[in-house]
Amino acid sequence: MQDASQRTVPVLRRQNRSEVAQLSDARSSRRGGPAREADRTILAVEGLSLAFGGTVAFAEIDLSVKAHEIHAVIGPNGAGKSSLINAISGLYAPQAGRVRIGDASFARVPSRQLAALGVARTFQNLALFAGLSVRDNILSGLAGDRTAGLAAQLLGLPSARREAREHLARAAAVIELLELGSFAERRAGSLPYGIQKRVELARALVARPRLLLLDEPMAGMTATEKSEMSGFIRTARETYGTAIVLIEHDIGVVMRLSDRVTVLDHGRRIATGTPAEVQANPKVIAAYLGLESEDVADEDAA
Amino acid sequence: MAGIASVGAQRTLPAGVTSVALVALVAVGIVPLIGTSYLYEAILTPFLALALAGLGLNLLTGYAGLLSLGSAAFMAVGAYAAFNLSLRLPFLPLPVVILIAGGVAALTGVIAGLPALRLRGFYLAVSTLAVQFFVAWALNRIGWLSNDSPSGIVSAPRLIVAGISFEDARGRYLFSLAVVALLSFAAWRLVRSPTGRDLVAIRDHEIAARITGVRVARTKLLAFALSSFIVGVAGVLWAFAYLRTLEPAGFNLDRSFQILFIVIIGGLGTLRGAFLGAGFIVVLPLVLARLGAAMLGDGFDSGTLEMCQRMVLGTLIVAVLIREPAGLTALLDRAVGRLRGRAD
Repeated sequence: MQDASQRTVPVLRRQNRSEVAQLSDARSSRRGGPAREADRTILAVEGLSLAFGGTVAFAEIDLSVKAHEIHAVIGPNGAGKSSLINAISGLYAPQAGRVRIGDASFARVPSRQLAALGVARTFQNLALFAGLSVRDNILSGLAGDRTAGLAAQLLGLPSARREAREHLARAAAVIELLELGSFAERRAGSLPYGIQKRVELARALVARPRLLLLDEPMAGMTATEKSEMSGFIRTARETYGTAIVLIEHDIGVVMRLSDRVTVLDHGRRIATGTPAEVQANPKVIAAYLGLESEDVADEDAA
Repeated sequence: MAGIASVGAQRTLPAGVTSVALVALVAVGIVPLIGTSYLYEAILTPFLALALAGLGLNLLTGYAGLLSLGSAAFMAVGAYAAFNLSLRLPFLPLPVVILIAGGVAALTGVIAGLPALRLRGFYLAVSTLAVQFFVAWALNRIGWLSNDSPSGIVSAPRLIVAGISFEDARGRYLFSLAVVALLSFAAWRLVRSPTGRDLVAIRDHEIAARITGVRVARTKLLAFALSSFIVGVAGVLWAFAYLRTLEPAGFNLDRSFQILFIVIIGGLGTLRGAFLGAGFIVVLPLVLARLGAAMLGDGFDSGTLEMCQRMVLGTLIVAVLIREPAGLTALLDRAVGRLRGRAD
């Protein structure tokens, strides 16, 4: 008995590993990169600066994210975190610096090629397709992977049907992973806020991106919802090996979830390191204590 | 997961199939037996043509969220293209003529849709208005398009397909029915396809659509092309099967608004909406006219009667939209849901 069980366990494990390997093989062959991605830098932001008119959103930001890493970007309100994500995803045109995604380097990332570059994101304010069902929202996340043309889709040609089947299976896997099964056929716009946030994560994940940008995925959530969401983000990383850039206000969540943390203040990077290092950094303490004393003052005034 | 999917399919599919089958049975099996030529000529054929135009516009405005006030122009392009094709290339069979005419309308739609790559909402509507005026101008100005007829009015060619004549009232109804059924099926396939999903994605959140890899510009132009194809074919039906003549005035701005109202009242972003809306806009005035004549008798002159009709129709439109901004489709769904709830 014991022998049998000892034999089955490694076999199972090997299967799991080969699935993951297939995933990353498929991904790297599609993107033309080497098969081993483990130590690769997925995202490198080099000296990036952005200003709107005379207002500096952020300046000379450096940031690098390795495969399989959860990298949090934190900072007080107005520190430039969301602007940074928007610049990385090509929605804003930075004035200086470069963004390197995988092997490609851009002065301005072309947002319409983002999916093809293996990057997916969520938005600070919900950006779901409100009129589509949860399942269709998630299927939309695969729009960049589609090859079947309109005629093939309308005529139901085998190629289109095979693709539709594959995409449905991938969507079903993500729906199961993020426990969205009971909402799958509901209209996304009709769901509670916390669920919509999760659907947005699912839509980003279904494309199995190598880089995932999460702009405040837990904003406005209760403590329970936050810990659920943290779990899903961790699961996503374990399952798909995705590198994640995470903007989050809740320091507790950030410290528990992330491998490395970059701190922005007034559009400048003031620290990067492990959660423990950053927590001990005097500049960071000053920035946050300053903020907190302001908060206290505000509360006193109110 | 498979369990959930199949349960969902079971719940929605049979209801849809049954109702479509029921409508088909009535339209093909019962109506031709009891129909009068008044029913065909004054009600059913214009209803079908306008429902088809509404269906086409709904793809553009309801699904892709691109507002157009140029539907009548695309109808005109379709109708006049078909007229000129059958006049100048008489050897072409009618289905081919209609197909090419739809293609010409689609091409016009793509050109008209170019501003949509930059403009949205009301601004886009204004730019499609330009198409409306340009087409009207071209039809009045270029005599060749209406075969240099001095009045500008020309007769439509005869409706003969493979030697079978569809010239009588019932034939024209059946011909329209076949075309509408075919294109409705195609539209149904489209909105359920990944491309149909792209249309809604662009409507609901264009930036998110772009980020997820939807080719936004291409898809917008595709929406214009497909919508204009269908609206163009609706124009052919309007001219060939209903009016049997063509004149530029039949495709004026009023017609564009009429089609837009059909879509809004029926329900944006639903295929049934176009049919319900067309029923409301085409059939209701006729019913009101009959009712009015029956109730008020000869005491009123026809002008006053028509004015009253319009007032009642306008009030009904406002009432429907206040009761249910999502249109007749949503109203119907709710009523059906309530009936089912009671039955359970």
